Amino acid sequence: MTTAGIDMGSKFIKVLILKDGAVQGKAIETTGFEPAVSALKCLEQAAKESGIDISFIDHITSTGAGRKAAPNINSDITDVGAAAKGVAHLIPDARTVIDVGAEEGRGIKMEAGGKVIDIAVNEKCAAGAGAFAEAMSRALEVSLDEFGQLSLKSDKTIPMNAQCAVFAESEVVSLVHAKTPKQDIARAVHDAIASRIVSMVRRVGINKEVALVGGLSHNPGFVDALNRGLETQVVIPENPDYIGALGAAIAAGERSQ
Amino acid sequence: MSENTKEFWRWKEYNWHDERVDPKDAETISAGVDVGSVSSQAVVMIDGKLYAYSNMRTGSDSPDSARKAMSWALENTGLALDDIHYTVGTGYGRVNVPFANRAITEIACHARGGNLMYGSTVRTILDMGGQDCKAIHCDEKGKVTNFLMNDKCAAGTGRGMEVFADLLAVSIEEVGELSLDVDEEPPPVSSTCVVFAKSEASSLLREGWSKKRVLAAYCSAMAHRVVSLLERIGVEKDFAITGGIAKNSGVVTRLERELNLISLKSKYDTQVAGALGAALFAKTLVEKQRKKVAQ
Repeated sequence: MTTAGIDMGSKFIKVLILKDGAVQGKAIETTGFEPAVSALKCLEQAAKESGIDISFIDHITSTGAGRKAAPNINSDITDVGAAAKGVAHLIPDARTVIDVGAEEGRGIKMEAGGKVIDIAVNEKCAAGAGAFAEAMSRALEVSLDEFGQLSLKSDKTIPMNAQCAVFAESEVVSLVHAKTPKQDIARAVHDAIASRIVSMVRRVGINKEVALVGGLSHNPGFVDALNRGLETQVVIPENPDYIGALGAAIAAGERSQ
Repeated sequence: MSENTKEFWRWKEYNWHDERVDPKDAETISAGVDVGSVSSQAVVMIDGKLYAYSNMRTGSDSPDSARKAMSWALENTGLALDDIHYTVGTGYGRVNVPFANRAITEIACHARGGNLMYGSTVRTILDMGGQDCKAIHCDEKGKVTNFLMNDKCAAGTGRGMEVFADLLAVSIEEVGELSLDVDEEPPPVSSTCVVFAKSEASSLLREGWSKKRVLAAYCSAMAHRVVSLLERIGVEKDFAITGGIAKNSGVVTRLERELNLISLKSKYDTQVAGALGAALFAKTLVEKQRKKVAQ
């Protein structure tokens, strides 16, 4: 049986094709102004990579913010449901999923097999999301990649008083004026984001294994801060950007049976 | 300054003193210094009447900002710091006013100052400051009876408005008037967080919204945000707004519309409420001190 998952993110669309549980191909496209057109292009690309004609796909399931706008779909699944299924497939022992993107953060509590029990979400405040790191790296005039690496060089904990990303920016400027090394500031910023995420995830409970997905899983400074905050090591699945698409493709398999 | 580097958020700093008054005749000279997170004010009162004040941006060093605000308020008055009988420090940097005799919280000072500015009928004072927003209930003597504040989030604060002024390249002092110059009131910006509201505003501009329309949407979002804070404590008449945002007609008009209540206006500068209250406290304290000595 061949299935596909389409993750209609607000910035990128990801497609993953599964055949009898094995990944055949995947593709990523910028969402742009016409998500449906981009999604079709992305689907065709993934199908081409898999050597499968789209018409031979048994079931297509979409997920992500724009999932209702996806083309050729048979069903759709929520972001949370897809992330849980995707993680459970790659990390069977995972019971907590932390998903931190540019503009939101989620904590998911789940059972074996990826059945979601409880969730906590922040999509209202930049302080617990990637946008915070982005804004602070700009204030420090370093690239986001560099910013993540930089904080690993520091072993000094300096507290950030501001919770708000806007106020934190002024605080970072004062720290720069006070000649605080950039690496210590970078660490303080990642610690601040991690602490917001940890208190959010605590609402659903932190149970091992803890998986981390979403854009911030690529930021080593944040991962380090999160590990310290959680007092456990998070597990990052292979290709964390495709977790949603993978979960959707798995859901498609369950639904077409 | 070129268009690119112009700091649109930067509001004008100023000082003032009453030339009709001769400080030599003064019995009590009291002062209040409000070192806020964004702006600092110093107020000098002669026998309980406003004599001089200054309003400027807080620097990175609080004691230095306090000194600067004070010396600027005293500029051309013929008075020196030593001539002041008693000084009260207030605001977020109140413990860092080196020449103050005492520090009093800005909540208490705002209520006391508001009482003078708006009269004894004022019961609810909304202070919309640079990095916080406070709803204060007070009695006819200007004593605080209850309050609620947000100092955790930039939404609904002056700092948030500064970010928007910069984003839209509109001078902060013009934001209010421009935002009212729209044919039809747009729906408010939907993101609470200023960071997210910024991206939202950028996409609205890309969709072809005019700057004025985006400003209207943001002022209305800010008004709505503050109303929800006010509603948690309740609004008792009379109602007044202090702080920098009180000078933004775009926010004030929308706030009044949403509350269905007109706010009291004052001849005093809305940004000096805290320093004014501090100077009033200073007067009371020095008079008490004198009485004790006399006994």
